[in-house]
Amino acid sequence: MNEPALPNSFRTGPDEQGMFGIFGGRFVAETLMPLILDLQKEWEAAKNDPAFKAELTALSTFYAGRPSKLYFAEGLTRHLGGARIYFKREDLNHTGSHKINNCLGQILLAKRMGKTRIIAETGAGQHGVASATVAARFGYPCFVYMGATDVERQKPNVFRMKLLGAEVRPVTAGHGTLKDAMNEALRDWVTNVEDTYYLIGTAAGPHPYPEMVRDFQSVIGSEARAQILEQEGRLPDVIIAAVGGGSNAIGLFHPFLDDKDVRIIGVEAGGRGLDGVEHCASMNAGRPGVLHGNRTYLLQNEDGQIVDGHSISAGLDYPGVGPEHAWLRDTGRVDYVPILDDEALEAFQLCTKAEGIIPALESAHAIAHAIKIAPTMGRDEIIIVNLSGRGDKDVHTVARMMGMEI
Amino acid sequence: MTTRIDRRMAQLKQEGRPALVTYFMGGDPDYDTSLSIMKALPGAGADIIELGMPFSDPMADGPAIQAAALRSLKGGQTLAKTLAMAAEFRQADQETPIVLMGYYNPIYIYGVDRFLADAKAAGIDGLIVVDLPPEMDEELCLPALKAGINFIRLATPTTDDRRLPKVLENTSGFVYYVSMTGITGSALADTEKVAAAVKRIKQHTALPVCVGFGVKTAEQARIIGASADGVVVGTAIVNAVANVIGADGRKTADPGEAVATLVSGLAHGVRQARLAAAE
Repeated sequence: MNEPALPNSFRTGPDEQGMFGIFGGRFVAETLMPLILDLQKEWEAAKNDPAFKAELTALSTFYAGRPSKLYFAEGLTRHLGGARIYFKREDLNHTGSHKINNCLGQILLAKRMGKTRIIAETGAGQHGVASATVAARFGYPCFVYMGATDVERQKPNVFRMKLLGAEVRPVTAGHGTLKDAMNEALRDWVTNVEDTYYLIGTAAGPHPYPEMVRDFQSVIGSEARAQILEQEGRLPDVIIAAVGGGSNAIGLFHPFLDDKDVRIIGVEAGGRGLDGVEHCASMNAGRPGVLHGNRTYLLQNEDGQIVDGHSISAGLDYPGVGPEHAWLRDTGRVDYVPILDDEALEAFQLCTKAEGIIPALESAHAIAHAIKIAPTMGRDEIIIVNLSGRGDKDVHTVARMMGMEI
Repeated sequence: MTTRIDRRMAQLKQEGRPALVTYFMGGDPDYDTSLSIMKALPGAGADIIELGMPFSDPMADGPAIQAAALRSLKGGQTLAKTLAMAAEFRQADQETPIVLMGYYNPIYIYGVDRFLADAKAAGIDGLIVVDLPPEMDEELCLPALKAGINFIRLATPTTDDRRLPKVLENTSGFVYYVSMTGITGSALADTEKVAAAVKRIKQHTALPVCVGFGVKTAEQARIIGASADGVVVGTAIVNAVANVIGADGRKTADPGEAVATLVSGLAHGVRQARLAAAE
């Protein structure tokens, strides 16, 4: 691969074709192409419309509960005896994760476009719940595609979606996880082009989704940056977030990309280790390819067939990653590291006990990396971890891993 | 440049009938069986062969073709083997056009230049790559045209008159009109609407227009063939293969024969198309 030239700013992408370097793009069937161009046009208009921004800000404030707090994790910091650890508390948002940020933005766009039917894909169910929530709030029918395996391991979220009036459609193709749910959502969209809005949950897919979702999620990083300046009087040394598709991570990272003294680390699901196929570390163990509308790092075999990964966390169980992360990896601006299932599980328990906060298993991956590096850092140094969601949904999985029945 | 597709289409135009374009999945359920199916197609009345390249995540396809792709991959099919299959077919048949159809990633991983060289050597005449719209022409379409291989684009009901010129710009061989908004194997759309759409596309291009998605029977082939220059049948053929493979993977009848029987009926259908239209 050619080494890309380092840009003056890491915050200007994508280009007009939706490319971040060689990544991104619009690799979709012709049937969807006019829809994606419409979406792009509407998104360009909306982001420059003060009324759109005002409505989103009002909903974010009074409905979702923003700004989320930047919390000094004193217990965990003391326990580790190194850098000062802060949590960006996205778990405190309405619906319990960062997903609501994107869903509120996109539902306003759907309304603006006159669409009357919402579809979404979900892995852990957090995006499905957030989609069902905004669909309920705005009175749209909502259909959520979810892999059959995930339906099984995320039962509480499945029930929440149903309570919110959404129809959960289990997908049995493939391994029945997020990748297969996304295929099925795309099939629905290609069939129902007139009335349907596809509310993609992560910063991936065809342009303009990666850019649009990033912009809706960047509220995380913008707030965190202002909050740490106010609370500590300086920028952090390290910021960390878990990366599945990568929406919470790009949301935290993007406002810090040009702060060159801030080290940025994305944590991939290392599953049971990178040696075999039981992981979802596409940027550590995959290579560039084309899937779901964009070019990005993918887990695949030598014939270009996509490989199903594995993670204890349903939200990280995806063989690809958003294209901007792929670009940030290749430019070297962001380091992407794997965390194993066991390490995430330990972090889950330590965070719960030391802080009285039950983190989502996705977020536990980010915490696990902070646990690794904090003791090696000075006590005057600062880490911000994106606590992207709360872990109530995961207690069944964790109990099973610990050998308990509940 | 004149390709086998151009020659075949011109010949059928003289005969005054539409082309029967038959899709099957390369390597389904295994290489040898699949090659025997391919060899049986021209004799049964197929005018153009679409050779499916299996992909693990066929987003524009329905359950039948997705299942066929998974059977094929399980049977050990790779892009290299699909090209080898075409080359083997070519040894005995120099005339029937072969169009490779599938998704971009396996080609991207194989390497575009290497793929085009090997495809040309294998006697491939055209490509249909579902997830490469005109916006991504530099990836494969333009290199393919340079290599002397037709790039056949899909036009769909969402491709309006404003967009149609962009879709047609680098298209060659024929235009593949997708009869509906949906995935392969869905129910056939309103045939009058399809005929109107074909007419609309023909106002923008001199290329033949073939219609696919939803055509399963000889009768449907006849009706669609009355207005289109070609009729594409895929899912029905893939199902004919699936129907003679038991749950244990063993064949209950000869897949080549099963496909030939179906294709003969479809071939009869397209040969009635213009007769009926003239009545």
